[in-house]
Amino acid sequence: MADLRLTAYRQLLSAQVRSQSQYRASFVTDVVGSLMFGVIDVVGVVVVFRMTPTLGGFGFAEVFLMTALAGCAFALADLAVGNVERLRQYVRSGLLDALLVRPLSALAQLAAMDVATRRVGRVAFGVVMVVVAAAYASVPLTPTRLALLVVTPIAGAMIFGAVFVATATVAFWWVESGEIGNGLTYGGLNFTQYPITIYGTLFRRLFAYAIGFAFVAYYPTLALLDRADPLGAPALLGYASPAVAIAAVTAAGLMWRAGVRHYRSTGS
Amino acid sequence: MSVIETRGLCKEFTVHVKAGWLRRRARVVAAVDGIDLTVQRGELVGYIGPNGAGKSTTLKMLTGVLYPSAGQVRVCGLEPVGQRTRLARRIGVVFGQRSQLWWDLPLRDSFMLLQHVYAVPAADHATRLARCRQLLELDPLLDVPVRQLSLGQRMRGELTAALLHGPEVLFLDEPTIGLDVVSKQAVRAFLATLGATGDTTIVLTTHDLADIERLCRRLIVIDQGRIVHDGSLDDLHARYGSRRRLVVDLDEPLKAELTLPGVTVESSQADGRRITYALDGTTTAGDLVSRLAELAALRDISVLEPAIEDVVARLYTRQRPDSA
Repeated sequence: MADLRLTAYRQLLSAQVRSQSQYRASFVTDVVGSLMFGVIDVVGVVVVFRMTPTLGGFGFAEVFLMTALAGCAFALADLAVGNVERLRQYVRSGLLDALLVRPLSALAQLAAMDVATRRVGRVAFGVVMVVVAAAYASVPLTPTRLALLVVTPIAGAMIFGAVFVATATVAFWWVESGEIGNGLTYGGLNFTQYPITIYGTLFRRLFAYAIGFAFVAYYPTLALLDRADPLGAPALLGYASPAVAIAAVTAAGLMWRAGVRHYRSTGS
Repeated sequence: MSVIETRGLCKEFTVHVKAGWLRRRARVVAAVDGIDLTVQRGELVGYIGPNGAGKSTTLKMLTGVLYPSAGQVRVCGLEPVGQRTRLARRIGVVFGQRSQLWWDLPLRDSFMLLQHVYAVPAADHATRLARCRQLLELDPLLDVPVRQLSLGQRMRGELTAALLHGPEVLFLDEPTIGLDVVSKQAVRAFLATLGATGDTTIVLTTHDLADIERLCRRLIVIDQGRIVHDGSLDDLHARYGSRRRLVVDLDEPLKAELTLPGVTVESSQADGRRITYALDGTTTAGDLVSRLAELAALRDISVLEPAIEDVVARLYTRQRPDSA
């Protein structure tokens, strides 16, 4: 039964890819557009370091690595579940009802039906940037570091994905929630690209620790480069991202379930 | 064996009414207000009511989309919300105004995808698809992207999509809405064929009463969340006094008044050469015609079926006895 269900999701996914390939011209412009986002993030870091040699106690190579890891994680999450922000429209148009009468999870169907293939370009760019930034910062090529380099963007993507889903569930309670979620998702990307040392205490507590954004790029970068945290956190935190990611995904899953339950008891 | 069973089914919504600049007053509205329903296997039930009567809300509770506020529901012996995915395999749902199909892909692909979504064995899928292809004349449409199909063509696709996993119950929410006459007839003919096999229970909501006349032996009328009629169409006519009419054109006016039980003259035109009789069912139209033929030379006759629209319109506006 479980693998039949997997087949179903895989088929839904490939149907989505085929659907989007129907619009070739817009596909190409979208890929180029999504690449631009990634490029601008990197350019942003370069521009900042033309003004200052260090940022929050970190040099260009280190911040570049954070930006690359954050960008790659975000691109992966955006590819997988970035479109759940459209839940609002689905609630309003009743598409959600159509999904609820099928024998599969509504969230998984939404993710599979909405995967944005055009964002593949940004993921590819993100991966390349991680490799370039790791080489530029001379990350020591030990098995542990390499594993951390691979795991970090995935854990980061889970954290971003959890934020995407959690913010989208607002639509279950408040259909006119507008762009409120983007503050946390796109805002979160900007937050994670820079060392958390540059932010004010309250802001840092909220974004870095409560939401877990510090585990997307900041702590893993410290571990990758063997640097001590200027804020005094234990070095082990650099390896904690997967655990944080699982917690974030669990929390988002619970919020989603509560949202669906609320939707079903209100119908709007 | 009953396939659908509800007892005291209720659904309340809280609506927020503006009361001043920022204040909103919460008001509880019962969309469905205590519905008892038993549908047997193989029945074809029409569910009608004015806009906002609670038709779609009932359907959503039966299909597991919405939680009831109170009361019990069992569909195929399952509890719709709690056992949603299990129930989903045993019911088919067609929403007239939203699609189960993949907009940008050929119709064929949607069917293939649904086979995987419902994990239908290949042989069963092929048999059911072949039947629908034949009955709904789908072959020329299979390779057309759904977005290029006309509404009527798409509805034929939707019906197939809802049936490929062999559901025991088919729920249709306004399946003929917006269709042209030919497409409506195609949909009705298909549903009639499906219903005639007795394997599939069909519940449909509609605003088009011709759907009901053509398809449903049982008619449930709801208004303000309550059932106001549950029975056959004939029952409805009998209860609300609607009559068939017989219009006769005669060469000459009748010389003598015609008296038959249950027959009244509704109007007389053209100096008595066109007469409209209303029949309440005591005397058949055939008896009336043969009696008339003895009295005068008939030029033309026509039978007007009672307009169900009129009956239903009266029903909707009628004060409910228990609310008086």
